[in-house]
Amino acid sequence: MIGRDLLAMEDLERSDIERILETATHMQEVGRRDVKKVPTLRGRTLVNLFFEPSTRTRTSFEIAGKRLSADVVNFSVSGSSLKKAETIVDTAKTLDAMDPDAVVVRHAVAGVPKRLADALEAPVINAGDGAHEHPTQALLDLFTVWEEKGRLDGLTVTIVGDIVHSRVARSNLYGFTKMGAEVRLAAPPTMLPACVEVLGVKAFSSLREALDGADVVMVLRIQQERLQGAFFPSIREYAATFGVDREKLRYAKDDVIVMHPGPVNRGVELAHDLADERPSVILDQVRNGVAVRMAVLYLFAGRRPPHREG
Amino acid sequence: MATSRRLWIHGGRVLDPSTGRDEIADLLLEDGRIAAVEPSLRVEDATGLDASGCWVAPGLVDLHTHLREPGAEYKEDIASGGRAAAAGGFSAVVCMANTDPVNDDPSVTDYILDRARQESPVRVHPIAAATQGLAGKVMSEMAGLVEAGAVAFSDDGKTIMDSRVMRRVLEYSRLVSRPIVTHAEDRTLVGDGVVNEGPASTRLGLPANPAAAETIQVSRDLVLAELAGAHLHVAHVSSAGAVEAIRRARERGVHVTAEVTPHHLTLTDAATLGYDTNTKMAPPLRSEADVRACREALADGTLDAIATDHAPHAVHEKDVEFTAAPPGVIGLETAVGVTLDLVRAGDLAPLEWVRRLSTNPARILALPGGTLAQGGPADVVVIDPERRWRYDPAKGWSKSRNSPWAGQELTGCVVATVVGGRLVYQVDRGVLLP
Repeated sequence: MIGRDLLAMEDLERSDIERILETATHMQEVGRRDVKKVPTLRGRTLVNLFFEPSTRTRTSFEIAGKRLSADVVNFSVSGSSLKKAETIVDTAKTLDAMDPDAVVVRHAVAGVPKRLADALEAPVINAGDGAHEHPTQALLDLFTVWEEKGRLDGLTVTIVGDIVHSRVARSNLYGFTKMGAEVRLAAPPTMLPACVEVLGVKAFSSLREALDGADVVMVLRIQQERLQGAFFPSIREYAATFGVDREKLRYAKDDVIVMHPGPVNRGVELAHDLADERPSVILDQVRNGVAVRMAVLYLFAGRRPPHREG
Repeated sequence: MATSRRLWIHGGRVLDPSTGRDEIADLLLEDGRIAAVEPSLRVEDATGLDASGCWVAPGLVDLHTHLREPGAEYKEDIASGGRAAAAGGFSAVVCMANTDPVNDDPSVTDYILDRARQESPVRVHPIAAATQGLAGKVMSEMAGLVEAGAVAFSDDGKTIMDSRVMRRVLEYSRLVSRPIVTHAEDRTLVGDGVVNEGPASTRLGLPANPAAAETIQVSRDLVLAELAGAHLHVAHVSSAGAVEAIRRARERGVHVTAEVTPHHLTLTDAATLGYDTNTKMAPPLRSEADVRACREALADGTLDAIATDHAPHAVHEKDVEFTAAPPGVIGLETAVGVTLDLVRAGDLAPLEWVRRLSTNPARILALPGGTLAQGGPADVVVIDPERRWRYDPAKGWSKSRNSPWAGQELTGCVVATVVGGRLVYQVDRGVLLP
């Protein structure tokens, strides 16, 4: 049964994921109406608590909340609690005193949503924490693939890029493996986390091998600042070895789809033409993001849970 | 600390590694000294302490404590840290130099010892900084600091990364015949790492600190100690690689001693999976294999001592993002209950457990104590190895609460602590002196 908070795909059961995706299909229908609004969360207050700038995810949650008639409040905080001399719990309690029905949290450090969930009365929805998890991204990716392929079980999903720093990769590898897909990771050895095989995935240093027979290719954003940490030598070499283009896609299945959590570095991790048209489904991901987040808000903020224990 | 009162501790199992004694016996303490140890002593006119069912051992000696005074008295001070030590069965603690101001000047050493005489129920032995301001550049005035009472030198909390400075510090330490205590982590390899690199760091998504960072730095320091012909003491060993490096160096005659903490002996990096900042240490909690290697090395003598690395931090400092929280946990009050697990698991016989918490630490820094031999200082701990108790840091003697064992039931309890013949702690009465 779905828990109180949505912190990590690692915590979800397969049946939880199925329920969220089923709910999202109904929400998707709402988004196709002329008047894209239902009264489901009328009188409920959602707080978007963003400690890290993110226009895309925040906007998606905001639109999702508004389509459900919730009152959505954006609360942006910059800097760490160290600089503010305020602890995370202080911030959480301040918010809690305003009685929100759910708090959506984004933070640059892994584990902050968990710490907030331990301290808050309101349910906490993780909108991305450091290199830990980004569960709603994984849910919208699952939804998009499900819509495209009609199934998740038995698919081969290849995630390409900076895995070690990616919350998107972590949430997706849990999500897809729980749904019965085979997940492969392709990255330079410097960008693979230690002992990643314990998570039930296969790691490859050869993109070609990783793409062989893939149904889905998920391309991650590469960040220039990783040059400083000696993770890779140059954008040029990265694009040549791990950049996905039509040539490399020939190793995948004929009906492969290409995904990207955005924003895309065109010509770096993804060829320019692939960013805009089939087989890429990037804008479908964004569109589905609203429906999936509506489902999440409905399931996690649409009830008054009993007070936390202990 | 001397007193004319006589204390008679009777009926307990006396464990004295310095003489190999392990038998039911009585102990008579007089004028701050051990006056007699014999089975069934006949004693009149003395305060009695019934130790039936308990272990009677030389007072524990902690090689690695942060008392935070001067400068961070909101975390701990010499009085509160001394009380926590007494409650934990320690008759002496060795306090680290990373105070504010840093203990790199004889006046600071004087201040610490003066405060300890007034405020602490247990003996306090300061470690002075190896380099001025812990900056790793200019060495501190070792001769003057030893004269003031410093017992060793360390930049603990930081690693002296400049190999030339480390070499000179080791060489110069021979002038005062005192060891250099190394906090050995290659900072360039650690980078921003906060948890051990492995499955846990991968699942947590937190920056990883590989065990290799410790192995590299311990290996370098061992090579430099060999070159310098100096005594190196390795603080808080946490990895199988470092253990192996120490073992090999000792085989080839390097003068090295080493300690391991209760947390590195009993907890793995799996404990960090809930993002509890009270599981954040430096070096970090390691893998199962590392814990096993440390336990084996403690048993076979490669690691000489258990030391707490008692590192108090205020709640508001720990209640932040995992990456922003200061590393370290308190450990004085839980060391006995936590490490008796090694005796129950068969890693250490009771006498060997006492050796690693008392006799060896005293020997490494040539401190008084660590023995119950007649004529020695009357520093004694009485332990009930079976008594269960629940640890609540909020009710503890330390000012801080940053413990990974908060709320846990521990088996093995300090019943009484005696320093210089004076009863300073009794479990049902609390800290009694000063």
